[in-house]
Amino acid sequence: MTELLLRSGIVFDPLNRIRGEKMDLAIRDGRIVETVSSKAKIIDASGMVVMPGGVDIHSHIAGSKVNSGRILRPEDHEKDAEKRTSITRAGVGYSIPSTFTTGYRYAKMGYTTVFEPATPPLKTRHTHEELDQIPIIDKACFPLFGNNWFVMEYLKEGKLEECAAYVAWMLNAVKGYAIKIVDPGGVEAWGWGRYLKRLDEEVPHFAITPREILRGLCKINKLLGMPHAIHVHTNNLGNPGNYLTTIETMDCVADLANSEKPIIHITHVQFTGLTGNSWLNVGSGAPEIADYVNKHDHVTVDPGQVVFGDTTTMTADGPFQFLLHKLSGNKWVNVDVEGETGAGIVPFRYRRSNYVNAVQWGIGLELMLLVKDPWKIYLTTDHPNGGPFTSYPKVITWLMSKDARGRVLARINKNARRRLDLPGINREYTFEEIAIVTRAGTSKSLGLKQKGHLGVGADADIAVYSIDVSSIDPSRDHEFVRKALAKAAYTIKKGEMVVREGEIVATPTGTTYWVDPKVSNDLMQETTASLSAKFEDYYTVRMANYSVEENYLESPTKIEVPAEV
Amino acid sequence: MSVPVECSEISPNSFAGKTLDQIRATEVWEGNQRNRLDDIFQVKEEGSTASEMLTVRIVGDASRIRKIGYRMTEGSMVVEGDAGMYLGEEMSSGSIIVSGNGGAWLGSKMKGGAIEVKGNAGDFVGSCYRGSTKGMKGGTITVHGNAGTEVGCWMRNGTIRIKGNSGMFPGMHMNNGTIYIEKDCGGRAGAQMTGGKVIIGGYVAAILPSFNVEEVREKVKVGEEKIPGPFYVFTGDVNENGNGKLFINVAKNPHLKWCGEYLE
Repeated sequence: MTELLLRSGIVFDPLNRIRGEKMDLAIRDGRIVETVSSKAKIIDASGMVVMPGGVDIHSHIAGSKVNSGRILRPEDHEKDAEKRTSITRAGVGYSIPSTFTTGYRYAKMGYTTVFEPATPPLKTRHTHEELDQIPIIDKACFPLFGNNWFVMEYLKEGKLEECAAYVAWMLNAVKGYAIKIVDPGGVEAWGWGRYLKRLDEEVPHFAITPREILRGLCKINKLLGMPHAIHVHTNNLGNPGNYLTTIETMDCVADLANSEKPIIHITHVQFTGLTGNSWLNVGSGAPEIADYVNKHDHVTVDPGQVVFGDTTTMTADGPFQFLLHKLSGNKWVNVDVEGETGAGIVPFRYRRSNYVNAVQWGIGLELMLLVKDPWKIYLTTDHPNGGPFTSYPKVITWLMSKDARGRVLARINKNARRRLDLPGINREYTFEEIAIVTRAGTSKSLGLKQKGHLGVGADADIAVYSIDVSSIDPSRDHEFVRKALAKAAYTIKKGEMVVREGEIVATPTGTTYWVDPKVSNDLMQETTASLSAKFEDYYTVRMANYSVEENYLESPTKIEVPAEV
Repeated sequence: MSVPVECSEISPNSFAGKTLDQIRATEVWEGNQRNRLDDIFQVKEEGSTASEMLTVRIVGDASRIRKIGYRMTEGSMVVEGDAGMYLGEEMSSGSIIVSGNGGAWLGSKMKGGAIEVKGNAGDFVGSCYRGSTKGMKGGTITVHGNAGTEVGCWMRNGTIRIKGNSGMFPGMHMNNGTIYIEKDCGGRAGAQMTGGKVIIGGYVAAILPSFNVEEVREKVKVGEEKIPGPFYVFTGDVNENGNGKLFINVAKNPHLKWCGEYLE
C-alpha cells in the first residue's frame, strides 16, 4: 500500500467545481482517497498550482504514418537528440519524437493521457506496438472509418444495424477507442483521381456522399453507446473557403443531437476555417465557426493551433497532403493506401512572414478565444501538424496573455494582421479555463470517468506546476508561466511520482484503453458470417488473423459499453 | 584501433584562450568511451594561445578523428596526414589544409572559409546530412585528388573544385554555387538541380535526359578565373523546373557531338 499526501497546493479541478482552493490531496494505491494514514509520504505543493494530469484528445504519437514520418525526416532528429540517463532511454525529437521521448516529454509537461487520433485498422497492430513503447502516459487510438469500403457499402444499402455491428467488431478487433472520420469518402475518391469538395458529391463506385457517411456513422456512434463522439476531420481541408464545409459538416448531424452529450467533434479547425476563394485572399472563418459552436450544443472542436517553426505534417487525408507537397515543393511520402485509408506526410515550416501561415496562426487563437464555453473547445496543435506538442506551454500563454500573443502578432505578416480579428480580442484564459481545455473538458469528451478530475476515486494523475497564483499574473508574467508549464514541478501518474523539477524520476507503463461495444449475439454472428466472405474478397489477411488479441497489448484496459442493437 | 573518435572541440576558436591543461582535458568520445584529448594525441604548445589567429596542427594519421574543425570561426588548421569524416562541418571562416586524404562529408554544411585537401576526398563533399535540404552555403573547397559521389548535394552557394575525378551525381539538388570537376565524372551530373553550375572538364558518359542543350561557350568563369573550353551548356533539371547549368568540355566528349545538331 503506497500512500502520498500532496499538501497545500492551489487546486484547479473544474469537474468538481474547485477553482483555485488551497487543499490537500490524499492518494492511496493510484487513486484519490479521502484520507491517508500518518505514514503517507508528504509532498509539499504550497505556492504551486495543482491540476489533474493533462489529457490530450488529438496527437499523432504512434502508428504507421508517424513512423513513416520518422523515416522521412532524419534531419528533424539530428537537431534534437537526447542522451540516455540512468532512468530514461536515449531518443530524438523534434517534431516526431521517438516513442520513449514522446512519453518523457508529455510527462514533463504534466500530461498523463494522450490519444492517437488516426490509425488505419489494418495497421493498428503496429500502432499498439508503438503505443506500448511509450512510457508513463495512458493512451488509446481511434481507428479510421470514413473511407472504409464495408462501411460505405453497408450505409449505401441502408444496413445501419449491420454496419454498427461491423464497427463494433472492428473496434474489438483492433482495440480502438472511437470512430475517426477523415475526409469522408474523399480519400477513396482521390484513389480514383478525384477530389471531393462538397458534402453532396458522390464517392466514385460507391454512390454514397460524405453527408451520408457522416450521418450514418454518427447514428452508429449513438447506437453503440460510444464514450466519445464521432471524431471528424472534415472534407475540403486546406482549401480557401472551406469554413463553409466545416459549418455544413457540423450542421449535417444537428438533427441527431441529444441533450446528454455532444455527438460530433470537429478536429484541427484551423485547417478547415479558411475564408476567401484563393490563397491570395484567404482569411479567418473562426468568427463564423465560433458563432455556430456557441449556438449549438451537439458539437465540440479543437483548433490544431499553428506554432511558427519547422514541423512535419501528417494526416490520413492523402489528397490534402499531396496538395501541400505540390504547394510547398517539399518532399513527401504517401502511406497506408494499401490499408483501409490513406495518408501523406510533408515536412513544413510555418513562417511568420508568410501571409497564409500567419492567417492560420490567427484562426486557431481566434477560435480558442471566441468560443465562449471552454467545455466545447480543447487545446491541441494537432501534433505534429500545427506544431509539436512540446509547444503547448507557449500556446497556453498566448491564451492567458494578450501581451504574449501581441508580441507574436507584432511580428507576423502585416496583411494577415490587418485581416485578423485577433488584435481586437481582449479575452484572457484563467487557470480554471486552461484546466478545462487541457484536461477536464477533454476527459469529459472522451468519456474517461477516472481522468481529468481530482475527486475521490479518480486516478491519481496529477500535475503540479510551480506557479504561485497569489503573486504571478499570467497576463504579465507569461514567460514565467510558459517555463513553469513546460517543466512540471511534479507529475504524479497513478499515484507514483514520475517527474520531479522537470526531470523524469520513474517510467511506469501506462495502460491502453479500448472500447468494446456489446452488440447482441445474433446480430454479431450474422454480421461476422457475411464479413468473412468479404474478407476473402478484399483482404490480403484472413479474418482470423486480422484481430489484435488483447494479450498482445502490454497493459490493456477494456471499456465495455452496452449497445442499443 | 579503428574505433571512430568524435570530437567537435578540435578547432582554433575552441582552443583559443584555454591553457594547455584545459585543452588536454577536452572531452572526446572514442567509440562509446568518454576520454580526454591527450589519451589520443600528444598535445604540445608552440607560441601563445592568446593570439586570435591560432593555428592548430595535427600530425599523423587522423583518419578516425571525426569533426575536426567543427563550427570553426577563425584561425587555421593543418592536418599533416589523413583527416576523418565531417572535416570542417559548419565552418564559417578560417582555413583547413589537409596534406593527406579527407573523409566523407568534407565541409558539410560549410558557410565560409576554405578547405584544401591534397589527396582524395570521400563522398558528399560540401553536402548536408541525409534528409536535410541545407547543404554548403559558402566558402571554397579544393580537392587535389578525386572525390566520391554526390559532391555538393543540396549546395546553396560557394565553390567546390575537384582537380581529379568525381563519382556520380555531382551537384545533386544544388540551387546555387559552382562545382568544377577538372577531370572525369561518374555521370548523372546535376540531377534535380534547380540552380548553380557544374563544370566538367573531362569525360562524362551521358547527360541526364532532363537537361536541354543551349549553346557552346568558349570559356566559363569560376570565381575570377576563366576556364578555357569550349563547353556544351545544358540547363535543367527540367523535372524540377530548374535553371541550373552544366558545362561539359566539348573536346573530351566527342560522343556528345549529336548536341551540335540541336544548336544549328
